[in-house]
Amino acid sequence: MTIAATECLLRMYDERYGLEDYQGGVPRWCTGCGDNAILAAVQRLCRDENLRPEKMVFVSGIGCSSRFPHYMKSYGFHGIHGRALPIAEGIKMVRPDLHVFVNTGDGDCCSIGAAHWIHAIRYNMNMTVMLHDNQIYGLTKMQASPTSPKGLKSNTTPRGAYLDGLQPLTVTLGVQNVSFVAQAVDWIPELLYDILSAAFHHKGFSFVRILQRCPEWLPNLFDPWMKDPQRLLLLHGEGGLRISPALSKAYQNQQQHDPSDLNRARELASVIDPIPVGILYRNTDVPCYEDLRRTGQPRSHDFIKAGLEAEFDKFTVWPQESGSRTTAA
Amino acid sequence: MNDVALAKSLSSKVLQPRSSGRAKTLTTLNEHVVEVISDSGEGAQRCGQSLGAIAAKMGNGVWTVEIIPAEIRPPARSVAGASGNCIRLGAGRVTNGGNETDLVIAFNEQVLLGRVRSGELKPDCIILLESMWRENSDPRIVGSYVATHDELVSAGYRVLEIPMEHECRKLVPDARRGKNMFALGVLCSIYSLDLQLAREQIALTFGKKAASVITSNVRLLEAGHEWAEANLDFKFRIPATPATEPQIVINGNTALALGILASGMEVCAMYPITPATSASHYLSDVFEKVGGVVHQAEDEIGACAFAIGASYAGKCTVTITSGPGYSLKQEAIGLAVMGEIPLVVVNVQRGGPSTGQPTKAEQGDLLSAMFGSHGDAPKVVIAPSTIEDCFYSMITARKIAETFNMVVVVLSDANLATSQQPFPRPRFSESWLAPPFDQSELPAGLKPYQWDQTTGLARRFVPGQPRGMHTLTGLAHDQLSHVAYDPEINHEGIRARSLKLAALQKTLKTPPVFGDDSGDLLVIGWGSTRGAIEEAVESVRAEGHKVSSLHFTIIQPLPAGIKEILQRFTRVMTIEGNWSDDPQDEIIDETNRRYSALAMLLRARYLVDVDCWSEVKGQQIRPNMVRRVLLEKLRQH
Ligand SMILES: Cc1ncc(C[n+]2csc(CCOP(=O)(O)OP(=O)(O)O)c2C)c(N)n1
Ligand code: SF4
Ligand SMILES: [Mg+2]
Repeated sequence: MTIAATECLLRMYDERYGLEDYQGGVPRWCTGCGDNAILAAVQRLCRDENLRPEKMVFVSGIGCSSRFPHYMKSYGFHGIHGRALPIAEGIKMVRPDLHVFVNTGDGDCCSIGAAHWIHAIRYNMNMTVMLHDNQIYGLTKMQASPTSPKGLKSNTTPRGAYLDGLQPLTVTLGVQNVSFVAQAVDWIPELLYDILSAAFHHKGFSFVRILQRCPEWLPNLFDPWMKDPQRLLLLHGEGGLRISPALSKAYQNQQQHDPSDLNRARELASVIDPIPVGILYRNTDVPCYEDLRRTGQPRSHDFIKAGLEAEFDKFTVWPQESGSRTTAA
Repeated sequence: MNDVALAKSLSSKVLQPRSSGRAKTLTTLNEHVVEVISDSGEGAQRCGQSLGAIAAKMGNGVWTVEIIPAEIRPPARSVAGASGNCIRLGAGRVTNGGNETDLVIAFNEQVLLGRVRSGELKPDCIILLESMWRENSDPRIVGSYVATHDELVSAGYRVLEIPMEHECRKLVPDARRGKNMFALGVLCSIYSLDLQLAREQIALTFGKKAASVITSNVRLLEAGHEWAEANLDFKFRIPATPATEPQIVINGNTALALGILASGMEVCAMYPITPATSASHYLSDVFEKVGGVVHQAEDEIGACAFAIGASYAGKCTVTITSGPGYSLKQEAIGLAVMGEIPLVVVNVQRGGPSTGQPTKAEQGDLLSAMFGSHGDAPKVVIAPSTIEDCFYSMITARKIAETFNMVVVVLSDANLATSQQPFPRPRFSESWLAPPFDQSELPAGLKPYQWDQTTGLARRFVPGQPRGMHTLTGLAHDQLSHVAYDPEINHEGIRARSLKLAALQKTLKTPPVFGDDSGDLLVIGWGSTRGAIEEAVESVRAEGHKVSSLHFTIIQPLPAGIKEILQRFTRVMTIEGNWSDDPQDEIIDETNRRYSALAMLLRARYLVDVDCWSEVKGQQIRPNMVRRVLLEKLRQH
């Protein structure tokens, strides 16, 4: 009996997963869609971390990017538009043993789900959040999103978007309890992987904004940045990314950045051109809401019964009290 | 007993000039409705609640109703500002707030005026009125007091002025804090309640405060008692039938919260909204002690989504709200229906639409509970009809939700939420609690929505279970949870989710008829109106009328056997606290009349001519209103 159990345990820990073990349905994104690159990076991360597929939940809202969970072989929750974060919070609250990932679009997160986004940052629950920011509504066919740049022509802004785009990084960094903020671009897989890996390893709400190409609706949106490597600013250094020599050659615009420096992170976040890529902020000291709220009390039946009886006692009128007295009449 | 006749017979006895020095009259009553009202912050609520608790301890039937002003701090002495409690005391069990008030103790004439104008007092109600305003330095106040006093006297009320302020000042510097205990003493004398029990109640209420606070309040209580003994020439006694088993006295919201505790649910996600909030307040205080969490989300959508996430992850979860919050949750509720995630949604109904009447009761959300969320979204709807039901309904709701992987909506209302009533102390049962969720490996080949062709049921998958990986989706999906727009597959899923209601319906018992099984008129109600309806039915039956009633606590699905009951009565009608057009209105006729929610449902389902009477005044439906309606209906041909 004991031997069998140990063996079983050994086998469990021995089990190595390959990339194919994380492949769910065949992705139906357009060719060249940046979501494919994000999926590839995530699957690699799962393999390298040897995550048990049944111990992961990918939660999403609605949008092209929110199809993500279907393409993973794990548990997934493809919810409703804008509400991925509170669903993920509910899961994490009762199941700290699960790895929770969230895939959300710029409309999903920054528009309809904006209230949840702000509060999710503040709750700081341990989960990895990928904002697939293509600066457009993909699924509903090309309407402006809050992150669309001013002047962008779309089906709802045929003469160009009227307002400046909302900056997800500055918003995130402005919220109390922010604990991890990074930015990646889908077209540099190596950095995307490293950044997602750092996000995964951070305990807390790890927010990664990924600039994601949507060749279907905005085929040239990121061209200026893709064509000119100087227009990316790679953040690296102690506590941040380590950039490989090969990558350093291609992307020479680099800057040392200490991710514990919140003010500097905020400055960097407000830079639109060049695009900062890397870990802007990390603070491992912010408590997680699920840890604050979990009392650690055992949920045994006796325990619940005792709690309930104690409450009943407060409100009970015992028969002998009335029986033993005479009225003042 | 006919209350009006009773009150009249009393009043002739009580209205002797109090200085006459004659012996007191002691009248034995079957019941009395008494209310205590003041500006908010003067403690009338505490006085009323204490009175209810003391009477309950003596073994009286009790039902207390909170009188709440719509504003947190309405201006002092304002007509709309009455704050307090209305307490119905009875010799036997009391199942509702009863009829209009028989005796009121008011701290100023303005709050009293508000109650008079909204028709809350019986025509010959005894009024005990704080007399201090007569000597006020502001002549306008004196004028208003005298005018109101005289107006009430000439309207036939028995007005007795009592110098509460004056008497209390002899004991405490600030009579505003303490007058309520003086009033309690007066009421203890009037209703011949045990003063020792009152002292104990004060000790309990102020238990967390300094001993001097208790002593001072007890002194005020005794002073009130002495004053009434010496100055009032009447006393009542309502015989008590001491309970033989322990009773608990709580309001409906506390009962809901205790029910959540007892159901074994672990998480309640909510956003504050009247009148649901007090349930969450209480739960926040006690839930953590048993390892539970009350999560105050950023809004109701977030709360519902949070609850759905927690339920999906293996724990059945509850979210509590009222009208506007319920509307916000609708889309998420549809997701839970589609994903077949067990979820309990409590809606403590208030007046609608929109912000409506936050503190007032209404039964306006039945249809949105049943049919809310777009598309076909079958869910279970249950409506507790007593405070006790509020407790047990949470246990039932959790069980149904987890057995059928469905959303269960529990419709309480502002009336149940704030009313108190004693009921037998629940005896804990292991079977109340949620079983630990299954984390074992799933059988090879089992699909996440392997719908049983007869019942629509499929085994629930919980993340963490090996071999169960799939992506739950709100999109149309096949048994594998794959997104599918195939017409057959969409049909299959909708059918399965619908069949679950039928499967649940097969397990339900036909509710009993109150009264005879057949007759001239059947009255049907749901939710909090039960006590008032049954009391009215009992009273007209006592006069020989062939009237019975039927009350639904599970409204979706309706149990079998209802049509047969309806057919055994010549006429059928519902009594509801929601809107229905009055057929007497000029432009209303059979082709455009809007029926009350339940009446409409019953007409549609059973093809029986079900009439309705309803009211949306935000007041509780009283037995004598129902009585009037029944007699009127019986007169019609
Ligand atoms: C309540 C609600 N409103 C609107 C929609 C329609 N809708 C679906 S996805 C979407 C926007 C998607 O944009 P984004 O979040 O940026 O995701 P993307 O498709 O670009 O990945 C909208 C408006 C919806 N599904 N639900
Ligand atoms: S429309 Fe855009 S975002 Fe959507 S799949 Fe196609 S390329 Fe990707
Ligand atoms: Mg987008």
